[in-house]
Amino acid sequence: MFDIFHYEFMRNALYAGILVSIACGIVGSLVVVNRLSSLSGGIAHAAYGGLGLAAFFKWPLLAGAMLFSLLSSWVMGYVTAEKKERADTTVGVIWAIGMAFGILMIDLTKGYYVDLMSYLFGSILAVPFQSIVFMAILDILILCSVMFLYKELVGMSYDEEFSQISGVPVKMLYYLVLILIALCIVVLIRVVGLILVIALFTIPASIAELFTRKLGRIMVIASILGMVFTLCGLLLSFYFNLTSGATIILVAGVCYFIALMIKKFSKPSYKQVQG
Amino acid sequence: MDTLSTNKEPVIELLDVSYKYADEIVLDRITLTIKEGDFVGIIGPNGGGKTTLLRIALGVLKPQMGTVKLLGDVPQKTRIRAGYIPQETSSNKWFPISVLDVVLMGLLSRRPLFHRYTKSDRKKASAILDELKLSHLVNKSIGDLSGGQRQKVLLARALVSEPKILFLDEPTASIDTLGQDEIYEFLLRINKTGTTVVLVTHNVGAVSTYIRSVACINKSLFYHPDGILDEKSITATFGCPVDIIAHGLPHRVYHNHD
Repeated sequence: MFDIFHYEFMRNALYAGILVSIACGIVGSLVVVNRLSSLSGGIAHAAYGGLGLAAFFKWPLLAGAMLFSLLSSWVMGYVTAEKKERADTTVGVIWAIGMAFGILMIDLTKGYYVDLMSYLFGSILAVPFQSIVFMAILDILILCSVMFLYKELVGMSYDEEFSQISGVPVKMLYYLVLILIALCIVVLIRVVGLILVIALFTIPASIAELFTRKLGRIMVIASILGMVFTLCGLLLSFYFNLTSGATIILVAGVCYFIALMIKKFSKPSYKQVQG
Repeated sequence: MDTLSTNKEPVIELLDVSYKYADEIVLDRITLTIKEGDFVGIIGPNGGGKTTLLRIALGVLKPQMGTVKLLGDVPQKTRIRAGYIPQETSSNKWFPISVLDVVLMGLLSRRPLFHRYTKSDRKKASAILDELKLSHLVNKSIGDLSGGQRQKVLLARALVSEPKILFLDEPTASIDTLGQDEIYEFLLRINKTGTTVVLVTHNVGAVSTYIRSVACINKSLFYHPDGILDEKSITATFGCPVDIIAHGLPHRVYHNHD
């Protein structure tokens, strides 16, 4: 069964899956407990504007995506921190404008033929080696951030005001989380595509949250789950000739509902105990 | 009751502080000095600016006018020596965090960035939970606790750093009377060891047995350093007569007056 990993592209896909799962497991846990999933979706779609811009000026496409995802995460960070009541609308607007801008830029690009579907839905089987190096660097950055700033990240996520009063630089930390989200999104666009980014952020962490109530453990479990999902999705998509990104997400989604069922039936609810 | 000697250091000094939210004036030229060792009740109707005043004293909000000093300097510098119990909002009730980890947060101000909590931090946190009779909950998730237990955990979090001044915002809003008394008695005890306590509440009756001085806030401030509430000031604060409980005489309730 593992013969398929004799192909270099399959090996690369496997490495990419593992590295991305670590990044997603950790950052996704922060996204889930801080309720940042719509903001993450906004950043992912705004990144499409960067892809369009890069295509137009013949830059490397992911450089454009990174520029836009960092830029949009900074704007959204500013708006959500300063004007909380406007945050939801602003996220939606940036989401749509980024996407529309990208489509128009690609319309204007002469002789453009790159398969856009691969950025919307990802193509883990076409991940080049440089991307894997980038993913490894990102993983190290994320691991260091979380290891050295764990108590502050937990504090900020649970009670921002108390942490601020305790001298934690919560604003800086919030922007750090947003930057990590933006960088994760850039690598995820390669693997599952920008439309499915939110799923890989939220599903593993949400499953982990059902079974443990410690942020550190959620991060570890979510990372492992992410690896299982990407590996299963990868194998299924290879043998049945399916779109890999969508297969990975569907595997994750099915597991999420199974986990919900297990949770529901393994621990009787208060009412059932009483009844 | 002993009156606070006048030579004690002021721990909070508000001078001519005004705060506007959009176009609405929330606090109007408040001047207030709280001395070390005091037990202050800040009372007033909902929306009267109590929480805003507290957040200004902690430097979370910046007033448009006036100056604020906490423990002798700008609150941004000194607030790490203060303890704070926020209003129970239950918005983060389901956050995945254990009771011990919540209490450890109280030591965020004692451990610099990039450092982990130490063994002695954990011991301190366990000790304070023990003191509040919560040690059986130490590994429980915060979401599994009752409102009263959660409030006491937040009290433990505020006390673990041994603050010089303790701010509480409606600490007993979701607790039954018995639990309330327990918390107030505990506050009284730590007040006697020299900690200044500033208690925000809209429940006039509950605090009157414990406090030394009262500040009534409804945009403006009416301050009673002797802790005696009279009908006139209550009416002025709340805009309408309310039931009050005589200071120092628990459970003696005045009748509603016309």
